[in-house]
Amino acid sequence: MLQVDNIQAFYETAHILDGTSLEVGNDEVVTLLGRNGMGKTTLVRIIAGIDPPQQRGGTITWEGEDITDLESYEIARRGIGYVPQGRRVFGSLTVVENLEVIARAPADGAEPWDVDRVFEFFPRLQERRTSLARTLSGGEQQMLAIGRALMTNPTLLLMDEPSEGLAPILLGVIRDTLAALKGSGLSILLVEQNLGLALALGDRILLMSEHGKIVWEGTPDKLKDDHAALSTHLGV
Amino acid sequence: MEHSAERVVDTVKADRRRVLIITALVAIPLIAWTLTQMSLLSFGTQILNGLSFGAVLFFLASGFTMIFGLLRIANLAHGGFYLMGGYVGITTTLVTGQFWLGLIAGGLAIMVLGVFAERVLLRRIRGLVKPEVLLTIGLTFVIGDLSLAMWGGDPRTVPLPGYLKGPIQIGDSFFYPKYRVFVLGLAIVLAAILFYIDRRTKIGAIVRAGVDDRETVAALGININAVFTIAFMFGAFIAGMSGVIGAGFLALLPGQDFEILLFALVVVIIGGLGSLEGAVLGAAVVGLIDSFAKALVPELSFFTLFAPMAIILMIRPNGLLGKAP
Repeated sequence: MLQVDNIQAFYETAHILDGTSLEVGNDEVVTLLGRNGMGKTTLVRIIAGIDPPQQRGGTITWEGEDITDLESYEIARRGIGYVPQGRRVFGSLTVVENLEVIARAPADGAEPWDVDRVFEFFPRLQERRTSLARTLSGGEQQMLAIGRALMTNPTLLLMDEPSEGLAPILLGVIRDTLAALKGSGLSILLVEQNLGLALALGDRILLMSEHGKIVWEGTPDKLKDDHAALSTHLGV
Repeated sequence: MEHSAERVVDTVKADRRRVLIITALVAIPLIAWTLTQMSLLSFGTQILNGLSFGAVLFFLASGFTMIFGLLRIANLAHGGFYLMGGYVGITTTLVTGQFWLGLIAGGLAIMVLGVFAERVLLRRIRGLVKPEVLLTIGLTFVIGDLSLAMWGGDPRTVPLPGYLKGPIQIGDSFFYPKYRVFVLGLAIVLAAILFYIDRRTKIGAIVRAGVDDRETVAALGININAVFTIAFMFGAFIAGMSGVIGAGFLALLPGQDFEILLFALVVVIIGGLGSLEGAVLGAAVVGLIDSFAKALVPELSFFTLFAPMAIILMIRPNGLLGKAP
């Protein structure tokens, strides 16, 4: 459903992405692993149409349509949900307002996400429904960022490092959440540095190296046994 | 536990703010009163003068602060919007004989001007602070000169309908201009509308979310450029109306654009940039200070305007109700 083909991206003179390509299929969870500074976040932001680098090339195709040059809101309205790095919840809005402010009906007949369903999914958020988002803990903010993206009723979820800065116990909550979402017919492109999360969730894992090159691709089981790939590209 | 502690801190902060607001609003008149021992009647007059001038400033500052919060543009053409809106209102009122039509025409004319400024001029230089400042100042000069060419340099006021003319009697011996009371009421109505939109409507929530994080709002499917245009239009509309309202008791003349802009800037700096409550508080504070200072120490009126601002900025760099960026 999502095809990223030969993306080139520069910031000033730095060549961040040099020919990055990947694909996400229907109902598939693809995990993009890589160390800091390899261009993972840049790639997600380019797919989401945010703040494009000065120069870029390549094409992004979504369900047969070229969405490379669309504005970020147009891309979101086509069913691509976005969970930004660092959560970025709307701090001066309450939990409920965070969910309602970007709510949108689903394109097809899928079971729609609404505030009640998000609260069913994250009971913790219901307890804090009238709190301002900036008073939430890191884990609660991550739940809210995911719930907020679900309220746009996406068919693909872009998630940029949901595990970042979370305590191990909250990591478990997020992992269970993503596992549940995976079973609900949603495709996910998960960008991570956390190997455990990637191994637990990904149908397919991609390793990204310098300049956004995809240097390895395979299943979690295959990655577990490939010690050479792990040490070269992830340093583990 | 951690959460309830945070919540308590939040409530305490909110309470401290409320105390701050009330103290400021009560302290200024009381200090003035004790210093001068004015009579109760002239004391009341000064309070109403201050609040009604503050009402005009609120009209101007609320749009300014909203545009700044959302678009991060300090729209220095806001004073020009005020001046030209006032002139358009005067002319419309003279031609039609209807004050209300003048009020709306002043707002609409500036709304059109605002859309032009935002879509055609400012959009090209989005995010570039210096060009934005220069452009909006330049726009003020252009608006000022156009106004001078079209309406001349003599002080102008808007003709008021009969029912807004003359004094209103309160008690046995207290008389006060009806029109200023009307302006005060209008500002309260506007504040109520703005707070309702801000707190209770979807567009208000979108604007608040946009103030927090424009990029993420857009990436979640909101056409933020359209929201920017709507906010700019709305801010320009109230700025134009404020010119007509102000022209009822402050004469319009060339140079007023910069003078009123200065006041509006002090209002939003004292209140806190991007904060609606801040605009209410700042407008009341500045209006009261200006009124008492002009009555008591007219030769120091600029000092009394800027000294409190400097002190507040030293204690609270983001203004009384501003958030840390």
